[in-house]
Amino acid sequence: MSTTDELSISRPDRRLTRGRMFGAGILSLVGGFAYIGPVLIPADPAAQDFSASLAPIGGDYLLGADHYGRSLLARLAHGARLSFGLALLTMLSAAIPGVLFGLVAAWKGGWTERFLELTATIVLALPGLMLVLLLLAFAPGNYGPLFLGLSLTLWVEFYRVTKATTKTILAQPHIEAARMLGFGSRYILVNYVLPVIAPMIATLSAFAMATAIIAVSTLSAISVGLQPPTPELGSMIVELLPYYAEAPVHVLLPALLIFLLVLGLQLLAQGDHP
Amino acid sequence: MRNFLLARLLQAGLVAIVVGALCFVLMRVLPGDAAMRIAAGRYGPDARIAEAAEKVRLELGLDRPLAAQFLEWLGSLLRLDLGHSLVTGSPVVHELKVQLGASVWLAASALALSLLIGPVIGLFSGLKAGGAIDRLGLAGAAIFRAIPPFVLGLMLMLVFSKQLGWLPPAGFGSPREMLLPALTLALGLAAMSSRVMRNSVAAVAKAPYFAFARYKGLPESVVVLRHGLRNAAIPVVSYTGLQAVYLVEGVVVVESLFAYPGIGHALVHAVVERDIPMVQGTALLMGLMFVVIATIVDLLTQWLDPRVRRTA
Repeated sequence: MSTTDELSISRPDRRLTRGRMFGAGILSLVGGFAYIGPVLIPADPAAQDFSASLAPIGGDYLLGADHYGRSLLARLAHGARLSFGLALLTMLSAAIPGVLFGLVAAWKGGWTERFLELTATIVLALPGLMLVLLLLAFAPGNYGPLFLGLSLTLWVEFYRVTKATTKTILAQPHIEAARMLGFGSRYILVNYVLPVIAPMIATLSAFAMATAIIAVSTLSAISVGLQPPTPELGSMIVELLPYYAEAPVHVLLPALLIFLLVLGLQLLAQGDHP
Repeated sequence: MRNFLLARLLQAGLVAIVVGALCFVLMRVLPGDAAMRIAAGRYGPDARIAEAAEKVRLELGLDRPLAAQFLEWLGSLLRLDLGHSLVTGSPVVHELKVQLGASVWLAASALALSLLIGPVIGLFSGLKAGGAIDRLGLAGAAIFRAIPPFVLGLMLMLVFSKQLGWLPPAGFGSPREMLLPALTLALGLAAMSSRVMRNSVAAVAKAPYFAFARYKGLPESVVVLRHGLRNAAIPVVSYTGLQAVYLVEGVVVVESLFAYPGIGHALVHAVVERDIPMVQGTALLMGLMFVVIATIVDLLTQWLDPRVRRTA
């Protein structure tokens, strides 16, 4: 769950490298499919048609149909939207408190910082997926604990990076100079701190989203995440697996979609330096 | 030295408290009477269940204030008294003993396999940075990092069990059954460690002492093995600490996928069945496994790099 490479976070590369362009390209294609697809495709992802069970690709159904005769194209589009949307939401709910707490801890220090450090240490004591699993025991198959568990584990990374970087910036002489010249905290924050941490936060956000996508699909695949009629990419793979002999491509399509989403995000985050 | 061991001990304590607290709350949030559930788990549902439940209530002190109960709960956790499974009724410790062995074997063989793959690719990539092997390694690492472990596992299963029929897709017993789950984890781990190794080898290859070893006429194998590897290994080993997370999480996923009877598999089952004592036992054990791996990595780093010992 934490695939973040600390080496690449410490010195983010702001150039538009080839890897990053490639990542952005993949993401905009998959993202477009996820956001525009469900609108353009009239088929209901839950509508069953048993006469079209496991329909081949390119027939009445553009990408075929699954074992219940549900349009695979519609299911893939809705699944991609679900993964992408959930990942975006998780990332935001981890990044916003993470960055805010990081700024507060660096600014205030003292007991505030100690308290936040302790909270972060407690969260990091367990691997992220374990915490999510423990929360999922409260209500298996629900969005709530899944979402809460993921944000709870992901905010720490934002907090730590923001705090460490802000602290080093605030200790530098040009900040002291700005203070002596009479500039307020807000001015310093906007003009000196934010420009430095913004690219790091962007990198972390892409990583966090990739992590969330992997976690959501994995948990559904091992049947503790979102439950089957939901068009979730991970559970689609597992549902279609028994029919691999008849329709191998059907199984691989959702897997390919997850792979492209994660690859796009990871390439965007780290460019040419993994 | 003592400092970081103390920190790891603290982490182990935190694992116990977090897992214990969550399970304590979980036990009380679930619908129904906790004493009744425990009695049913222990003695099976029979006509005198209410009476049995009353005995359990008195025995476990479920009628006392919550704070006292919570301390008691943590106390029994520290004494490794993990209670009885609500589903099978047998002591949790019993079930865990068998499963822990299976999981440790899986994790260890995955780590060993990944060390055979990752650093070797990293070494050859790093010695000729920018060359063909390096680029191939980069592409491979990017691809394998973007595949979630369960998808990778399914693909290996489809190729090696369904298409080729070489290896069994699930089960437990012989090394043949362990190979696919271990390989799944190892490929994911190697994708990360190969790039770390590549970067550190590339840095060492540029270092003056490396050039000097060559100038004084040492054969290439001695230059690489003696002056290159040990120095290059330090970042790889400390990076393995970060991989401990991947390994423990991966064990949960891969065991469920390959129906491999380890603690990860048991944890997922317990979550689905809401068997709280089992959830607590398995989560605790996996959390401690994570701490143990991290501690071993710390010790290895110190052994490889005496500078750490002096600063710590």
